[in-house]
Amino acid sequence: MKLIFEKGNKGNQCSILPECDVPQVEISTPKREKPLHLPQLSENELSRHYTELAKEVHGVNNGFYPLGSCTMKYNPKVNEEAAAQKGFTRIHPLQPEHTVQGCMEVLKTSEKLLCEITGMDAMTFQPAAGAHGEFTGLLLIKAYHDSRNDKKRTKIIVPDSAHGTNPASAAMAGFTVVSVPSREDGCVDLDKLREVAGEDTAGLMLTNPNTVGLFDKNILEITSIIHEAGGLAYYDGANLNAVMGVVRPGDMGFDVVHINLHKTFSTPHGCGGPGSGPVGCKSFLQEFLPGRQVAGTEELSFKVPEKSIGSVRTFYGNFLVVVKALTYVLMLGKEGIPAASKNAVLNANYMMEKLKDIYPMAYDETCMHEFVMTLEKLEHEIGVSAMDIAKALLDYGIHPPTMYFPLIVHEALMVEPTETESRETLDEVIAVFREIYEKAKANPEALHEAPVTTYIRRPDEVQAARKPVLRYEF
Amino acid sequence: MGSYLGNTEEVQKEMLSEIGYDSFDALFSHIPQEVKVKELNLPSGLSEMEALDKMEELADKNKIFKHIFRGAGAYNHYVPAIVGSVVNREEFLTAYTPYQAEISQGILQSIFEYQTMICELTGMAVSNASVYDGATAAAEAVAMCRERKRNVAFVSETVNPQVLTVIKTYCYGNGIQVEVIPEKDGVTDQEALKAALKEDSACFYMQQPNYYGNIEDADVLGEITHEAGAKYIMGCNPIALAVLKTPAECGADVAVGEGQPLGMELSFGGPYLGFMASTEKMMRKLPGRIVGETVDKEGKRAYVLTLQAREQHIRREKASSNICSNEALCALTASVYMAAMGEAGMKQAANLCLSKAHYLQGELKKAGLKPKYDQPYFHEFVTTSDVKADVILEALEQKGILGGLPLNEYEILWCATEKNTKEEMDQVASIVKEVCQG
Repeated sequence: MKLIFEKGNKGNQCSILPECDVPQVEISTPKREKPLHLPQLSENELSRHYTELAKEVHGVNNGFYPLGSCTMKYNPKVNEEAAAQKGFTRIHPLQPEHTVQGCMEVLKTSEKLLCEITGMDAMTFQPAAGAHGEFTGLLLIKAYHDSRNDKKRTKIIVPDSAHGTNPASAAMAGFTVVSVPSREDGCVDLDKLREVAGEDTAGLMLTNPNTVGLFDKNILEITSIIHEAGGLAYYDGANLNAVMGVVRPGDMGFDVVHINLHKTFSTPHGCGGPGSGPVGCKSFLQEFLPGRQVAGTEELSFKVPEKSIGSVRTFYGNFLVVVKALTYVLMLGKEGIPAASKNAVLNANYMMEKLKDIYPMAYDETCMHEFVMTLEKLEHEIGVSAMDIAKALLDYGIHPPTMYFPLIVHEALMVEPTETESRETLDEVIAVFREIYEKAKANPEALHEAPVTTYIRRPDEVQAARKPVLRYEF
Repeated sequence: MGSYLGNTEEVQKEMLSEIGYDSFDALFSHIPQEVKVKELNLPSGLSEMEALDKMEELADKNKIFKHIFRGAGAYNHYVPAIVGSVVNREEFLTAYTPYQAEISQGILQSIFEYQTMICELTGMAVSNASVYDGATAAAEAVAMCRERKRNVAFVSETVNPQVLTVIKTYCYGNGIQVEVIPEKDGVTDQEALKAALKEDSACFYMQQPNYYGNIEDADVLGEITHEAGAKYIMGCNPIALAVLKTPAECGADVAVGEGQPLGMELSFGGPYLGFMASTEKMMRKLPGRIVGETVDKEGKRAYVLTLQAREQHIRREKASSNICSNEALCALTASVYMAAMGEAGMKQAANLCLSKAHYLQGELKKAGLKPKYDQPYFHEFVTTSDVKADVILEALEQKGILGGLPLNEYEILWCATEKNTKEEMDQVASIVKEVCQG
C-alpha cells in the first residue's frame, strides 16, 4: 500500500475552513522556517486511503480474536451511540458545575456500580489505561504508608508470572520490585511469600484468576500474609472478566484495584487505546485519590480529596470511555454481569477440553476465562513453535492467541475466547486448530512459511530494530 | 436484561455436560465458598432502548454552549466530517494493539504516517505512537531526562497548572525533585531560570504558547537550559506549531503536547492525545509504542512495532515506562485531521485563531476589560477589570455563551478559535460592555 505521502497532487486539499471575517494578524514572533509537509489529497483520495488501510486491520468483527488476557469481546454498538451524543462530546471540561450535572452523574453512577462489582468504596476515573491505573494504585499505597510516616516500606511483591506492566508500574512509583516465584501450578507459593513479606513490604500486586487462567484458592491467606506484614494488597483487574458476580476483589482482601473498561466492560480497544483504567479503593484510601471526586446527591459538585496524591492525567480521564462502560453495565445489570463471566469461563473450558488431547495444556485443571497451552513438546519433536501455530491461524482469518506469555510457560499460547462467541464459532476454531496440528505433523516446513494469504508475510523485526526507519522522508 | 452472549441457556447446558459438568455451580466449584458473592446489588439489566434512553437523559442534563471562548487546555476547534467517518470504522475501533503485523498493516502504516506528521509538525527526529494526554506526555518527558547525577526538574510557572500537578504527581512516584521557575510579566523569568539551573538539573519544561496565551522566547530559554547541560522540553499547542518556530528550531530535546486540538471533540476532557517527539539521541528513552519500517520475508515493505527493548513486556521494572495501551485511535484521529487540513489548512487554522483572538482582545478592551500582559500571544489572553469575573461570565452564560476561564476574582483567560465568528465576538463585547458600564 502506498503511504499517504506518496499519493495526491501538489496543492490539492479539502475545503474545510472559511475566510477570515476579522482583520488578519501576522505573527510577530519568529515563524517556523521548516516547511510543513502534510498530505495533499482530495477528500475522495483521503477517504479511499483509509478504507484501504482499514481492510488490513483485523477487528473483532472480522473474526475470532482469542487474544489471551486482552478480553476481545464484542463491542455493542449502542455504547458508541451513547458516547456520540452532543450532550457529552460538546462539553468543555472546565464548564461551571451546574452546567455539567449529567457528566458528573455519569461519573458518580459508574463509581457506584463498578464499586459494587469490585467490592470497593470509592473510585477515580483519571487513569487512561490499565497500566496507568496500576501506577495510580501504587501511588495510593505509597501515600498511605507516607501518611503514617512508615518510610521503610519500599518494596512491592510481584509474582514472576505477572504481566510486565506490574513491575514497570512499581518501578515508576519508586518501589523496588521483589519477584516471588510461582508454584508449578502457577499459583502463589505461600512459603516463599511468607519469606519475602516483612516490614519493608509496601504491598503485593496480584491478579486472580492469575495470568495462567487459574483461580488461586489460597487468596484469603495470600492477602492476609500481606496485611499481617503491614502491606496492602493490589488487585490487577486484567482478568476481572472471569469472576464478575462470582467473587469480588474487595471480598478477597484487596485494598486497591484497577479495572480495564476497554476489556471487561466492552468499550473498544481502538487499535491500542483510548482505554480507561479506573482505580477503586477501600474507604481508608479514599482521601488519597487523584483529581476530583463527585460529591452530593441532588446538586452534584466536585471535591478534591483531603490528602490527594495530585493528578495522574488532566480533567476526568477518558470520559467518553466511561460513558460506554456505564451503558454496558446498565444493559447487563445484576443478571447479565455474572452471566457474562459464566459464559466466558464455559467457553474457555469447552475449548480447552476439545483441544487438550493434541495440544498439551500447561495446567490440567478447570480454567477460568482463559487457558494456556504449552507447545514445548511439539517444538522439540518436530520443530513447530508456538509462533508457527499462531501464524498458521492467520491464514484461516483467526487472530492468534497471546504468544509467549506468561513467561513461566514455555512455548505458550494463551487463549481467551470471551463470552460473546457462540459454540458454533468455537467448534469451527477447534476444527482449525486440529487441522493445523495435522498439517504440522505432516509438513512442519509449511508451517514455518505461514502465513501465506496475508497482505505481508512474516516481517523482518530484527532489521526494523537495528536500522530504525521511524518516519517517511520527503 | 441486555445480553451479548453467544450461547443460549440450552446450548450452555449441552456444552457443560459435554465437558463433564452438570451445572455452572460445578464449573465454579473450585472457587472457595467463603469468597463467593451471592448477588450483586446492581439494578436489573435494561433493554437497549431503555439504556440509550437513560444515557440520553444524562446527556440532556448538561448544557451545550454554542459559543465557546474557553480553552485552558481543551480547545474548541472544527472537526472535519471525514475524521469521524474514518475513526468510527469497526476495524479501527475494535482491534487490539497491532502485535500481529501480518494482519495489522493498516493500523501500523497509519501510526507510521502519524509519527511522520508529528515529526513534521515539531521538526523533531522521532515520534512515538502516542501517550495518554499532553500532561502525561510532559511527565514522561521529564522522566526521560533524568540522569544519574541529574535529578532536579524545573518547570515554568507559566505552564498549565494541571500539567504541573501531573508532573509533580509522577515525580512523587519516581523521586525526581520538581522546582518551579517564577513568571515575570506573563512569561518565564529568564534570570530566575539562569540562577536556578545547576549541575544536578535534569531538565527544564516550558509551554508554548504558555498558559496565559503568551508566546515565550523559546530560543533563549533553550540556550539557558543547554548552557547548564540540562535537557530542554517544550510543551506545544499543535495548531500553533503550524506557524510558530518549531521545537527543533528552538533547540528542544523533547517536544510534547496535548493533541486534542487535532480533531478531537471537547468530550468533557477525554479521550485526548499526548504526542511526544525527541531528537534521535533520545530515541531509545522514549516511552511507549513506536512503529518502524522493514520488509517481509519476500522483501515487501512492511511495518512493525519496534525498539521494543525499551518496553515493559521485555524490560519489566527496567522499562522506560509502564505504558501499554496508549491512545492509538486518537493518534489516527489526529492523522486524518492533519491529512484533511494539509499544510495550507493547518496554517489557515492557526492564522484564524491568531486573528480572531486579537480581534476579541481589541473589542473587549473597548468594552472595558484591560489586557493583563503586554506580550505577543497566540489564541489566548488574560484580561483584568474592576468588575468581578463571575458577574461578566454569568451575563454571558445567560446568552448561551461560555466565556473565558476565571483565574481569580477579577481575571479571565479568554480563548478564540476559527469557530468564533466576528458576529459572536461583537455580541460578547457588547454584553461585557453592558456589564462593565452597568
